[in-house]
Amino acid sequence: MKKRSIGQFLSESREASLVIVLAVLLIVVGIINPSFLSFTNIRQIFLNNTLTFLMALGMLCVMLTAGIDISITSTLAFAGMSIGLLQKYNVIHNTFLLFVIGAGIGIICGFLNGIIIAKGHVAPIICTMGFMYIWRGMAYVISNNNWASGMDVAGFSDFGKDGAVGPYIILIVAYAAFFILMKWTRFGRRIYAVGSNTEAARVSGINVDRTLTGVYTIMGLLAGLAGVLSVSIYASAQPNMQYGKEMDVIAACVIGGVAMSGGRGSVAGTFLGALIIGIISKALPMVNIPNFWQNLIKGVIILAVVILNVVTQRTMDRQNLLRREM
Amino acid sequence: MKKKVLSVLLATTVVASLLAGCGSSAAAPAADAAPAADAAPAADAAAPAASSGGATYALVTKSAGNPFMERMASGFQEAVEASGGTVVIQNPEAATPDAQISVVQSLISQGVSSIAVDGNDANALTAVLTEASNAGIKVLSLDSDVAPDTRAVYCNQAGVQQIGETLMEAVYDLTGGEGDWAILSATSQATNQNAWIDAMKKLMESDSKYAKLNLVEVAYGDDEPQKSTDQTQALLQNYPDLKVICAPTTVGIAAAAKVLQDQKSSVKLTGLGLPSEMAEYIGDDDAHSCPYMYLWNPIDLGRLAGYTSIALVDGSITGAAGDKFTAGELGDYTIEEIDGSTQIILGPPFKFDPSNIDEWKSVY
Repeated sequence: MKKRSIGQFLSESREASLVIVLAVLLIVVGIINPSFLSFTNIRQIFLNNTLTFLMALGMLCVMLTAGIDISITSTLAFAGMSIGLLQKYNVIHNTFLLFVIGAGIGIICGFLNGIIIAKGHVAPIICTMGFMYIWRGMAYVISNNNWASGMDVAGFSDFGKDGAVGPYIILIVAYAAFFILMKWTRFGRRIYAVGSNTEAARVSGINVDRTLTGVYTIMGLLAGLAGVLSVSIYASAQPNMQYGKEMDVIAACVIGGVAMSGGRGSVAGTFLGALIIGIISKALPMVNIPNFWQNLIKGVIILAVVILNVVTQRTMDRQNLLRREM
Repeated sequence: MKKKVLSVLLATTVVASLLAGCGSSAAAPAADAAPAADAAPAADAAAPAASSGGATYALVTKSAGNPFMERMASGFQEAVEASGGTVVIQNPEAATPDAQISVVQSLISQGVSSIAVDGNDANALTAVLTEASNAGIKVLSLDSDVAPDTRAVYCNQAGVQQIGETLMEAVYDLTGGEGDWAILSATSQATNQNAWIDAMKKLMESDSKYAKLNLVEVAYGDDEPQKSTDQTQALLQNYPDLKVICAPTTVGIAAAAKVLQDQKSSVKLTGLGLPSEMAEYIGDDDAHSCPYMYLWNPIDLGRLAGYTSIALVDGSITGAAGDKFTAGELGDYTIEEIDGSTQIILGPPFKFDPSNIDEWKSVY
């Protein structure tokens, strides 16, 4: 058996190259500031980016069908604001019930996206742009110039407190569930099929409309849950919450090797992508990079990783082709 | 055929939901605008010396959906309505200067008597506010100033120097007079925050009392809870000897308070915050992260701007330094010249501590 070079090994797995990027990042930051690698710090990376981690799973499904959803943080704000107000006006204080309500709002928002994209054949970016304004607007309307914060969400915010286990459990369960869903269920395989070649999927008897609707509904569910979590973690519900953060979620997927053209991407890659985004935002203030440079460096790192991805992908394709020719 | 019907149905649903969504928000400005348009010609006809009776006073806030702005608007409305004037309150959708420009333009065409604006940008509003002055409308600013030559006077919540001194004194008190402290600010280009931070830095240089205090870093949380949390945690990890964090921004102080309290950190916090956001964290014992903090009263700031608008419109003040007037129950005010611009200063910042937080947390 021929020995394989490291280069070959790397080019055969996209995730491997991400792990290398991650290791390099950790080593560089760890040398500059050793306290970065402490347990507390690593834990906080997950806690502070729970929302990105969670919503990246939904975005993975959406992007696998060659779609995109830019309404997620608006859905998040609408769900988050709703459950914040329910507590502010002393209607409901039960944590579990609040999660159910937030998730329910998310499902409705996502389902509307899905049904319009699937049945109305509206381009995903256009449809979700419409809802981006609608749900954000709804968050403002229901808030009626009020925030729910601090004491309003007192008991509830214990769930997402620094040191509580709730958010981590949600993340672990979500990632395990999606790993199984994407790998071993019929629905998961259909998502890949629809994204790789919609017509072929249709001809082979897959109900494309139903798959698309399902995908956006799942995205909505996760965005709704993220809204509830956001209120719990930051002990504050404001109508402008997490404004613009959908870009972090999309970036996490793209870094993780999910193709914008659909059909390609994995749960493991998404996890690594979200982790890289989380590490960047946590590390930049800790390695004493001046504030003005932080966004710039974030952009450079994202682009560098994506270019690395593209190069890896191309070598992979070429090698596969070679193998087939032989 | 079936497909066509379905897509038509879907399109109708989308349009219907859009209308439903806009309905409630669109209705409000329309209702506000209607009396304004009626009142305007009347005010013109009654000559500039008209009493507040028939005049219309407009307030342009920073943005919708912000409790601070809402309380400010309620104070403004109260002051104006008490003297029989008509109020128009406009909340731009976004906290951007462009949104304010279009709002001011529509107020000019409605022919209001005065416009009080909480500027989202110091210079971007210059053209439209000059246009308003040329149309005979009295222009003033409050909370966050606009370019001084485009307005008659600025209702300042508290002098920059006063805020700098108050916060510096708080840091001195909480550190015990020596040690490391840090600032957590909003964005790096926020005019207010930078002026306060500069005032604090100057005080540290000029007053030997603060010689043993060491400002280790000014961090920027961009007024985002997530980024402010990251920045606070970084401060704690980078500076193990840190004693105090001072956050002169409402979003930053709330995020920092939660981080410190959750981690049971010994680092103490002070700064400028909303009582309703901070009630959870204010207390003298170790279980609370913030012993006390400051802010001004947005209702009084709105009231002051209301009385100033009335005085400008009825001609009892012109906005020149030295002008005196009575702002209802707030008392007497004199226009001062500070750094080459005319201002009215509301008063010293108000201190919120464990003794009064319960009474204020439900106000704003």
